Amino acid sequence: MITSQRKTHPSLWFAASLLSLGVASPALAQEDDPIKVGVLHSLSGTMAISETVLKDTVEMLIEQQNAEGGLLGRQLEAVVVDPASDWPLFAERARELLAQEEVDVIFGNWTSVSRKSVLPVVEELNGLLFYPVQYEGEESSENVFYTGAAPNQQSIPAVNYLHDQVGVERWVLAGTDYVFPRTTNRILSAYLQDEFGVAEEDIMVNYTPFGHSDWQNIVSDIRRFGSEGKKTAVVSTINGDANVPFYTELANQGVDAADIPVVAFSVGEQELTGIDTGPLVGHLAAWNYFMSVDTDANYDFIDAWIEYTDDEMAVTNDPMEAHYIGFNMWAEAARKAGTTDVDAVKDAIIGVTVPNLSGGYAAMMPNHHITKPVLIGEIQDNGQFDIVWQTPSTVAGDAWSDYLPGSRDLIADWRAPMRCGNFDVTEGSCGGSTAAEEAEAALAE
Amino acid sequence: MQSRSWLLRPFSERSTQLFIGVLLAALALVTVLHLAVPAGHPLNVTAYTVNLFGKYLSYALLAVAVDLVWGYLGILSLGHGAFFALGGYAMGMYLMRQIGDRGTYGDPVLPDFMVFLNWESLPWYWQGFDMAWFAFAMVLLAPGALALVFGWLAFRSRVTGVYLSIITQAMTFALMLAFFRNEMGFGGNNGLTDFRDILGFSLRNDATRLGLFIATGVALALGYVICRAIVVSKLGRVCVATRDAEARTRFLGYRVERFQLFVFVISAMLAGVAGALYVPQVGIINPSEFEPIFSIEIVLWVALGGRATLYGAVIGAILVNYAKTVFTGVMPDAWLFALGALFVLVTVFLPRGVAGLLAYRFKRQRRSSDDTATPQEASA
Amino acid sequence: MRNFPLPWSTTAQGGAVHADEVRIRTPWVLLMALAVSLLGLAHAPSTLAQDAEAVVLLEALDVDDYAAKGEAIDAIVSSDDERARDWLQALLDGRLQRTDDGRFVVVLDNRGRDWPVENALTGEALGEMSRRELERIGINNALRNQLRSALAVVDLYSPDLERRRASAERLLGEVDDDLSGPLAEVIEEATDDRVRERLSLALAIHRLEQGELEAVAELEGSLHPEVRVALNRAAQGDDPVLATSAGEALRGIEQTLKLNRAAETLYFGLSMGSVLVLAAIGLAITFGVMGVINMAHGELIMLGAYTTWAVQQLLPGQPGLALILSIPAGFLVSALAGVAIERGVIQFLKGRPLETLLATFGVSLILQQLVRTVISPQNRTVVTPEWMSGSLAVNDALSLTLNRMAVLGFALLVFVGLMLVMRRTRLGLEVRAVTQNRAMARSMGIRATRVDILTFALGSGVAGLAGVALSQLTNVGPNLGQNYIIDSFMVVVFGGVGNLWGTLVAGLSLGVINQVLEPWAGAVLAKIIVLVFIILFIQKRPRGLFPQKGRAAEG
Repeated sequence: MITSQRKTHPSLWFAASLLSLGVASPALAQEDDPIKVGVLHSLSGTMAISETVLKDTVEMLIEQQNAEGGLLGRQLEAVVVDPASDWPLFAERARELLAQEEVDVIFGNWTSVSRKSVLPVVEELNGLLFYPVQYEGEESSENVFYTGAAPNQQSIPAVNYLHDQVGVERWVLAGTDYVFPRTTNRILSAYLQDEFGVAEEDIMVNYTPFGHSDWQNIVSDIRRFGSEGKKTAVVSTINGDANVPFYTELANQGVDAADIPVVAFSVGEQELTGIDTGPLVGHLAAWNYFMSVDTDANYDFIDAWIEYTDDEMAVTNDPMEAHYIGFNMWAEAARKAGTTDVDAVKDAIIGVTVPNLSGGYAAMMPNHHITKPVLIGEIQDNGQFDIVWQTPSTVAGDAWSDYLPGSRDLIADWRAPMRCGNFDVTEGSCGGSTAAEEAEAALAE
Repeated sequence: MQSRSWLLRPFSERSTQLFIGVLLAALALVTVLHLAVPAGHPLNVTAYTVNLFGKYLSYALLAVAVDLVWGYLGILSLGHGAFFALGGYAMGMYLMRQIGDRGTYGDPVLPDFMVFLNWESLPWYWQGFDMAWFAFAMVLLAPGALALVFGWLAFRSRVTGVYLSIITQAMTFALMLAFFRNEMGFGGNNGLTDFRDILGFSLRNDATRLGLFIATGVALALGYVICRAIVVSKLGRVCVATRDAEARTRFLGYRVERFQLFVFVISAMLAGVAGALYVPQVGIINPSEFEPIFSIEIVLWVALGGRATLYGAVIGAILVNYAKTVFTGVMPDAWLFALGALFVLVTVFLPRGVAGLLAYRFKRQRRSSDDTATPQEASA
Repeated sequence: MRNFPLPWSTTAQGGAVHADEVRIRTPWVLLMALAVSLLGLAHAPSTLAQDAEAVVLLEALDVDDYAAKGEAIDAIVSSDDERARDWLQALLDGRLQRTDDGRFVVVLDNRGRDWPVENALTGEALGEMSRRELERIGINNALRNQLRSALAVVDLYSPDLERRRASAERLLGEVDDDLSGPLAEVIEEATDDRVRERLSLALAIHRLEQGELEAVAELEGSLHPEVRVALNRAAQGDDPVLATSAGEALRGIEQTLKLNRAAETLYFGLSMGSVLVLAAIGLAITFGVMGVINMAHGELIMLGAYTTWAVQQLLPGQPGLALILSIPAGFLVSALAGVAIERGVIQFLKGRPLETLLATFGVSLILQQLVRTVISPQNRTVVTPEWMSGSLAVNDALSLTLNRMAVLGFALLVFVGLMLVMRRTRLGLEVRAVTQNRAMARSMGIRATRVDILTFALGSGVAGLAGVALSQLTNVGPNLGQNYIIDSFMVVVFGGVGNLWGTLVAGLSLGVINQVLEPWAGAVLAKIIVLVFIILFIQKRPRGLFPQKGRAAEG
């Protein structure tokens, strides 16, 4: 619909795009002007702990790209801002990047709330955002590309592994009280009950606040829950800082991975650098990439990273790989489109396939999620993961979960002619409001 | 008539005339530069900047509210962020209800996060927020009621000084934890976001942003005048007396706690209004506004600007937040050093804040000495 | 140990296994053979033939299928290769790897990019190899279990009593048909009571699993989780008689457990309280005694934790010694930082206590960012020494975690130390004099400035001690301090400003209240309830639990 209007009323479209201020026309940009790449990761505050390495990753990728002669004959330039782990500031910074700095693309965000904060801005100003972290799903925006895992690319395969390979019958779903654990656990509860017939009393759900540091009672509960005769596992969506005291308490109360394994969705190599992993050997994590992946592409990436950071002990992790994939996809799409113009790249990127670091390929799907392999790793004493299982092929990210009543019937497809992030297949209509609809409204004005 | 004269009295003051004049002139200037000067011109004020100024102004109103209780009542509230956030949530709930069926799940009544978490129906405390008048009333009433209950408990039993500061901190901390809980029905950590329009105007529109900016400026002017009016009234004098010698004021026969309670509630409501104006401009409200650190920061703005001057609070809020904007952009790795150093240097070398510096520069003979007298340091 | 009938004492002479043990099927016989071969029988020089066999054994491990790996492990166990135990241990530790050209090596140190390795067959050092050239022979939790059990059976015959005990502990719930026979013999001959008791229990569990009714009586009263697992299974089993008696036994156990749980909750509460006390007690000095509202207190705690990390970096491989050295070091570092803050900022703010809040908040921002810039925004690993890991088993159901017990003890020590300093030393006297009446104290010849510096250094140093302790419990990172500052203020105010006893009682009681509430209210609600409780309490007693009396209270 939009496209046809674009064709019939080019002048109207132009007026509309003028209205939404800040959309620079890259066609007007000078040939030798650098392409601006926005980096929106917290460098201070509580999230700096996770996000600073992602800023460095993007800068490294830009440096590498420039060393290879840049993109479309132009050099790339990173525009780094610090949203300081402050959610309203994320929106403000995003607006600054798009409206003031006029960047062509943004790589950024970690937490769901920061993405939610930035989302309206990116949609309003028609920017491009590559979001590199595993998340709760239930979202598909025309302007956002989700290079991290959706729930079906992380948690579902992980419980399949535990159920089929380890024989787990009782489940503790422990998480920090925010939207990612809430959603993941809801999906998992439904999945476990529907698919494996797990009884309700065999699922224990527990939520703790951010940065929770006193785990004595909870670990003791888990121990008790696990000593009632059935093989028990903990599915942990515990976030960031709360993990160290959690694992310390597990180890000290003698919860061994062989008895009650913990599979974590938010603990990667970066988080393990802050933990003495000796007592944790055998606990699991599910990701789409581990530093221990045995491929040449990965070793090259690690070498480059170590050289870039000048730190022999520097580690890589899953969101870094997501940025690696996202950056290459964006560059590939720009090459394909012959421009960095947002609308052109948005259309060109669907279907783009680039190598990932685990020896396969990642493709951008029409729902703006990508295909990823799912790996299960066991923690080793050197802070690395040993890959014990992986999906036979890559899994395509599902924006809308099949296990939640509200979203079962929704699909996302950003190709013409559908161009919809939440198409209801039963009603055959694009529900809710989307960026496309807003643009339509702007045209009508 | 009496109430009118009560509210107009501050306009006879030089400082109020000056402040209101400067504020209105700034509003007009920004508006003109935004609308009349073409984009790309060096003098053009972009929509981004207008939005930014709007945010600063809502912070300024919050700082004025804090200065009213700290500067003139001697109550160091480390929990004013709570009132600000409550006002913000009231506004956020209104804005959420305005989304209607345009949310991702297209539910006409339930906000997205409720559909998402499988809520069957709207909880009772969300009722009525689809009506603007009700929501706007709650912007005042919710923080006001909290301040009333909290203040009544605290002032009645004469909790003072540091004890009061710490329990205000406990209050905002407890509220933060509560709002983080998803069961509370306020969206948990993600808070309320993805707003569409306010009173029928699209929030993704520069004209609306300009309107909000002007509204915030006007609210700040009004808030300032109300505070000034309180300060110059007899009530204000009792407050200052309480601040400087609570026991003596009590012995003079004043029911100190009533004055304290009244001013505390007014201040909380002002903070609520500030929060309500803040939310549509930044596009999100989440429990981090309840963080005790944020409340401490507000106090720092006031201290930096100059306590017990009101206009100092405005200067402080704008200055610190402007610095934050600049530094996080220019030197992302080092801005906390700059901010930290700023706080240390100002407290040590500028005990009266920027306002004190200004007053020193433009010292005038006819400066009235009663109400702007600097507070004797209330001891911990 | 002398009296323990060691199988190798015979095999050392005869080189043969008892004839009557031969009838036992695998894996018992295999393990026995292994036990025999592993223990001190490394005379036989490895011949080429053996090496070829060994390579076949190891190659069987290098498959993708974990079931096949499990069989390969059995095969290694049943081979009488004297290197088998080393291989199994290396496999268990994830150090048995294969090079690109197919050689088997054992990695000696797997940190960093290049790892020192040695040949798994000959033990010859091969220098360093990069990760690219090596491929790990992976195991999963199931194999890990298998390996541990295999090693446990071997260790049952170890000359080391501790090993035998650990092995007996490990075998609870692991006994199968093959093992039960030989186990009975070991029990007969065991000299150590604990070993015997554990093994009998293990055997009883096995007999219960076989459906023996008499086993229930033996298991009655035992609190061990494995016993409960077995009884639970029996109670849900098909045999109605067994199910009823197992159910009864379980109910009896549950009764005893209730008491244990109460004790456990109390311990959890005291432990949490001790953390609060440690974090707050430095503040009780700087804030309570000096009246300085030190918002950088949390960052002083953080400095103490980072000092622990730094000392451990300086003394690699000796975490225990490093931790002990960190106690004075952490105290010093934080005390010096405190002196710097006092001299640099606070001395200019005499008599303006609320402004110290603002200035020190600035200091805290600077210190946090300093750590981020100079060290790293990431958390640092602080290793817990061996003697502080794990837990002390009071009985089978109640065990107290050692790290928390150490922190609890440390908190009490620090408290007693501080009390002594304040009550018994000249400094304490002077501090109290200066706080009560500065002018009078000065006219009595007390150098008030010096007292200020020392007091602040003392309070800061104690914060550093808290950091050392916290490094054993939680993250060592730039945000460490922020997580404790608010709680610390709550504790000090709840206890009554200026009263160390108040801080102790407040910290411990808040910890206990919190942990008692947590099981039924959840962690978040428990914390909210505690905060509301503090607010209401302050309304009732506006000066805390132990209000200061006299003139100082008006200050």
